[in-house]
Amino acid sequence: MKVAEAWLCSFFRRGRQEWLAFLFISFAMAAPLHAEEAVVGFLYVGSKADYGYNQAHAQGAAAVKAMPGVKVIEEENVPETIAVQNSMESMINLDGAKLIFPTSFGYYDPHVLTVAPQYPGTTFLHAGGLYQEGKHPANAGSYFGYIDEAQYIAGIVAGGTSKTGKLGFIAAKPIPQVLRNINSFTLGAQSVNPKITTQVIFTGDWALPVKEAEAANSLIDQGIDVITMHVDSPKVIIEICERRGIYSSGYHADQSELAPKGYLTGAEWNWPKVYTDFVKLLQEGKPFPHLLRGGLKEGIVKNSKYGPAVSAKTIELAEAAKAKFMAGEMVIYKGELKDNKGKVVIPAGQSLPQTDIKLESMDYLVAGVIGSTGS
Amino acid sequence: MNVRVPAQVLESLLIPVSALLAALLLFGIFLACLGNDPLAVFHSMVRGGFGSAFAWRNTLERAAPLMLTALCTALPAQLGLIVIGGEGALVVGGVSAALAGGLAFEDQTPWLAIAAMLIAGTAAGGAWIGLVGWLKHYRGINETITSLLFNYIAIALMNHLVTGPWRDPASLNKPSTRPVGSAHMLGDMPGLGVHWGLALALALCLVCYTVFRQTTFGFAVRIAGGNPRAARLAGLPVGLLTLITCFWAGAAAGLAGSIEVAAIQGAANASLAAGYGYAGILAAFLARQNPLAVIPVALILGGISASAGLLQRSHHLPDAAVLMLQGIIFITILSSETCYGRLQPWLDSRRRA
Repeated sequence: MKVAEAWLCSFFRRGRQEWLAFLFISFAMAAPLHAEEAVVGFLYVGSKADYGYNQAHAQGAAAVKAMPGVKVIEEENVPETIAVQNSMESMINLDGAKLIFPTSFGYYDPHVLTVAPQYPGTTFLHAGGLYQEGKHPANAGSYFGYIDEAQYIAGIVAGGTSKTGKLGFIAAKPIPQVLRNINSFTLGAQSVNPKITTQVIFTGDWALPVKEAEAANSLIDQGIDVITMHVDSPKVIIEICERRGIYSSGYHADQSELAPKGYLTGAEWNWPKVYTDFVKLLQEGKPFPHLLRGGLKEGIVKNSKYGPAVSAKTIELAEAAKAKFMAGEMVIYKGELKDNKGKVVIPAGQSLPQTDIKLESMDYLVAGVIGSTGS
Repeated sequence: MNVRVPAQVLESLLIPVSALLAALLLFGIFLACLGNDPLAVFHSMVRGGFGSAFAWRNTLERAAPLMLTALCTALPAQLGLIVIGGEGALVVGGVSAALAGGLAFEDQTPWLAIAAMLIAGTAAGGAWIGLVGWLKHYRGINETITSLLFNYIAIALMNHLVTGPWRDPASLNKPSTRPVGSAHMLGDMPGLGVHWGLALALALCLVCYTVFRQTTFGFAVRIAGGNPRAARLAGLPVGLLTLITCFWAGAAAGLAGSIEVAAIQGAANASLAAGYGYAGILAAFLARQNPLAVIPVALILGGISASAGLLQRSHHLPDAAVLMLQGIIFITILSSETCYGRLQPWLDSRRRA
C-alpha cells in the first residue's frame, strides 16, 4: 500500500508539473508562431508508408519537419470517428499543437467543424477544399488541387504509349473527384488517339488491395496495356502491372521504384510545397487562404518523371500540354462533350475552366470510357 | 464453507489483474527490444488514457461504443452462441437512425427526433441479429458464420443506400444520408463533456447484467445455453429465448450505431464501419462474456486506444504497437482462464500442510 501511495503522490506531482507546463505553453501559444518552436500536427487515415495518399501527405510533413523553428508530430491510422476529434484535441492539450493538418477528406465534416471552434488558438488546415466562407470557423481552412490536370498529362502519355488502344482505370467510388480524374485521363489520351477507350472498374472503397489486384488482373486479361488508378494505395496495382509486363501510371505519390520498366508517369500531389508555404505564412503571422485550390500552374500537383518506355515524341506532346496548363490557357472540359451514353453534357461553344463549380458535381463518364457511374 | 466465497471473489479479481500485469510485462520486454524505455511508455499510456480530465473524456468516448458492441457478443454467449455480427448490427442501426432522423428533419421537437433515431437504430440492429438467432434455431445455420457474413451484407447494403436512394445530393465527395441537423443531435452530459451515449451504454450493461444474472429469464437462458435439449425437456421455450437474447444483443450494437450517428457523425456514411463491432468481440471475450465486466474492459481498451496517439507522437512507436499490446492482453487473459477454481484447493492444501 505504501508503494502505491508513493506512486500515486509522485504521479500527482508529475501531473501538476505538467499542468503548469501546459498553462505556460498555452500562454506562450497566445504569441505568434515564430516566438518559439511551433508544434505542427499531422493526422493520416492510413499508413504513412502506403505508397499513396498518406505517403504523399507524410512527404509534406517531412518537408515541414526540415523547416527551422518547427516541431512535427504525426499520427497514422486514425479513423474518421470520434478518434480523430480526440487525437486533434490530444495534440493541442498534451503537445501544444498550434497548427494541425487533418489530411483525410472525411476528417472535415463533422470532426474539424466540431473541434476548431473550441480551440481558437490553433489553426486547422484540411485537405479537401471544403471551406465555406462565413459558415465555417475562422481558424479553419481547406485546400485541394486540380489533380485531374496531372491525370490529363498522364492520359497523353498513356495514349501515346499504348499499343492496344485500351486503357484501364481502377477507382474506389463513383464520386465527382474520381469521375473527373477518369474523364481527364481519357480526354488526355483521346487528344493523342481519338479512338482510345478506358475501361473503368470501381472497387467500392479506398483501400481494398485484394479487389484492386483482381481488377488489375481482369483488365490485363482483356488486353489493356496501361492501367492507372484512384485508390489510396496504388502499390498492389503497379506491382501487378510490372509483373505481367504492361505499363502503369501512378497516383498520389511517386511509385516508379515499384515498376522500373513499365512506370510511365503519374499524377502526384506536391504537398511539400503547399505545407511549407502554409507554415511560412503562419510563422510570419500573415493571414492564410481559407480555401486554396490550384493545379499544375500553382504547383499543388505535378507529374512523376517519365519512365524509360515513354517515347520522345510522346514526351513532346505531354510537355506541350503542360506548358499550356502553366500558361493558364488549357481547358480540359469544352463543348461539344458527350458522355458515354451519348448525352451531350457540355454543349458546343461552352467551355468550363478548371475553377468552374459545375465540374465539382460531375456525375458522368465521357464518351470512350467503358463503365457506369452507378455501382 | 464460508472461506469459499472470498476465494472465488479473490480469484475473479486476482486472475484478470495478474493477466493484465503479465501482458504489460511482456509488452515491456517487447518495447525494450524495440529500444524504448518501457516505463516512459507506460507513463505516457497512463497520461494519454487516464492522466487528466481530457484524457478521461477521450477514454470514455472511445469506450462507450465498445461497451455496446461487446454486449452483442456477450449476450448470445449466455446461450452458448458465438455471435460476431456487432459491426453489421451497428451499421444497420446507424443507417436506420439516420433515416429516422431524416424523416423527423426540422419539423419535430429535438427529443422526439432523438428518440426516433435511437429506437429505430435499436430495433433495426435487434432485428438484424434476431435474424441470425432465427436462422440458428429454426434452420440450424451456424450463427458465427451467419453473423460474420451478415457484417459484409450490412456494409454493402449501407454503401448502396448511402450512395444511391438515400444519398443527400449535397454530399458530393463523401456520400452520406441527409444530415440530421445540429438541433437534433444527442448532446453532452453536463460537466463531463462526454455525450449521453456513455450513460446509455453503462445503463444497458447494468440492465443486461441484472437480467441475465439475477432473473429467472437469465437463468433459463443460461440453462438453455448449457444444454438445449435438457432445457427443452424441462419445458423452456428455447427458440423464444434465442430470439429474445439475439434481439437484445443486436439492439445493443444497433444503439451504438444510432449513437454514432446522433452524437458524432450527424449522418450515415462509410465512416460507420470503423471497426467498433470487431473491437467489441475482443472486449466481450476479455470480459469473459460478463455484461458487468464489459465496463472495465471497455475502459481499459478505450484508454489504450486513447493513448495510442501519444505513443506514436512521443515515442515514435508504430500504430501497430498498440495492436500488439491488445493481442498480448487477449492471449494472457484467455490463457489465465485455466487458473480459475485452483485457488481454493491450493489454499486448502496449504492449510493441511
